[in-house]
Amino acid sequence: MAQSEITLTGRKRPLEKLIKLALFLASVLAIFVTIGIVLSMAFETWQFFQRVSVTEFLFGLEWSPQTAIRADQVGSSGSFGAVPLITGTLLISAIAMAVAAPTGLISAIYLSEYASARVRGWAKPLLEMLAGIPSVVYGFFAALVVAPFIRMTGGQLGLEVASESALAAGLVMGVMIVPLISSLSDDVLNAVPNALREASLGMGATRAETIKKVIVPAAIPGIAGSFLLAASAAIGETMIVVMAAGLAANLTANPLEAVTTVTAQIVALLTGDQEFDSAKTLSAFALGLLLFATTLMLNMIAMRIVNKYREQYD
Amino acid sequence: MSKDPIITARDVNVFYGDKQALNGISLDVPRHKVTSLIGPSGCGKSTFLRSINRMNDLVDICRVEGDIKIEGKNIYDKDVDVVALRAHVGMVFQKPNPFPKSIFENVIYGPKIHGLIKSKSDAEEIVEKSLRRAGLWKEVADRLQEPGTSLSGGQQQRLCIARAIAVQPSIILMDEPASALDPIATAVIEELIDELRAKYTIIIVTHSMQQAARVSQRTAFFHMGDLVEAGPTKELFTTPKDERTQNYISGRIG
Repeated sequence: MAQSEITLTGRKRPLEKLIKLALFLASVLAIFVTIGIVLSMAFETWQFFQRVSVTEFLFGLEWSPQTAIRADQVGSSGSFGAVPLITGTLLISAIAMAVAAPTGLISAIYLSEYASARVRGWAKPLLEMLAGIPSVVYGFFAALVVAPFIRMTGGQLGLEVASESALAAGLVMGVMIVPLISSLSDDVLNAVPNALREASLGMGATRAETIKKVIVPAAIPGIAGSFLLAASAAIGETMIVVMAAGLAANLTANPLEAVTTVTAQIVALLTGDQEFDSAKTLSAFALGLLLFATTLMLNMIAMRIVNKYREQYD
Repeated sequence: MSKDPIITARDVNVFYGDKQALNGISLDVPRHKVTSLIGPSGCGKSTFLRSINRMNDLVDICRVEGDIKIEGKNIYDKDVDVVALRAHVGMVFQKPNPFPKSIFENVIYGPKIHGLIKSKSDAEEIVEKSLRRAGLWKEVADRLQEPGTSLSGGQQQRLCIARAIAVQPSIILMDEPASALDPIATAVIEELIDELRAKYTIIIVTHSMQQAARVSQRTAFFHMGDLVEAGPTKELFTTPKDERTQNYISGRIG
């Protein structure tokens, strides 16, 4: 009888390779799409800057992006100074952060340090549900309820309030981003080791002293990260400002006036019919790239801070 | 110096929810001695330690019955201020847990909270005195502004002891203070505990019977929520009265 043979050569397994390829393709798809979008924005922006100078766009104080119907028309050139849009965006975001930062942080402190397991069990999901409300709902809430209310109250106090005010949009946007801050800050506060709480309480510090002097300082980088992410969400938010902040490009710091934002202008520029080679249309791409660069930077800084903080206690 | 015990515990029952963790513990703790609490894991020794400064209050479902008197005053009376109690009874934990602040700030944390600091020179004096007593001064005198977390494990634990001392407690509770340290750092801590006895009453929970034998004058053996026996350390280790103690110290249970 022949000796039993040991076979080390096996059959090919093509399916394994196929699966690996499919997984790889799926993951590069997202990356390529992102790169494609950025490149197309960059290209259109470049075209825009052929017509309007970079200095005018970044430092110009007037925004009125009309284009001429006839060549000899008065004001045919339009003006493309983005400063009023940037200040409008910053004003509304600042109002939103003024609402969301304290509210979000305080509710995070309550949830992580004071709330019993039972209260936390229903309060946290409920708070996070705020984040699930579509922003268009917040938008008409801002336009139909909050803005008229502010106008009415302001009127009674003798203040002149525009029917679409920065304040209305900012307040509602603030409520919308509260869960972003509270949820992230709550995670960060929970990540502070219990040993530090015990050390402080064990020395006779009260709960409030412990939170103020040990827990929050230890969590500051993470909290700052959550603020930056929320700010970036506020800057990029569109529906609320389209519906409640208006389209008037006023250069003002008065929250009772109507202002407009980068996102609202992009919507306005691209709604309806337009020629694709006019400065008006192309300016939307320049604004988009500006917005993208800003939020990307904020997100990157925020993620870096949050990650660095996580490593510290792992 | 009074000969009375500084702590007298009588019929202390502790419950976590429905589960009873301690069954009628009665124990006297003499002043200016080191008392060690030994026993197998889950025997209730840490629970007992944590009821002496009411750290158990932090656990929602924990309930304490019976009396624990410090200098004759029941610490579970309604009029007792936990803040004042914990200033009087300091605690050092199993894992060194310095705050993510400078060495100086770590030591000064407690005195600041309790309003013991009126001036900058007060602060400097307390820091130096506390660090000297914890045997850490020489190693850190020239780098007080560095973070406490930059020290080695053993140094961190001595910093935590300095931090506890800074509040001027009369009792220091230590929950396995050397279990996270290497043998050399452990020896330093044990030596320190022996020195501290002159000024403070120390209660130490330990898993190591050798450590209990080295540092303590009195030992209490806990088993399954009961205080099995307590007495002078030497006696307990050489002539245990209870069979369970005998079995534990000879390594048959635990």
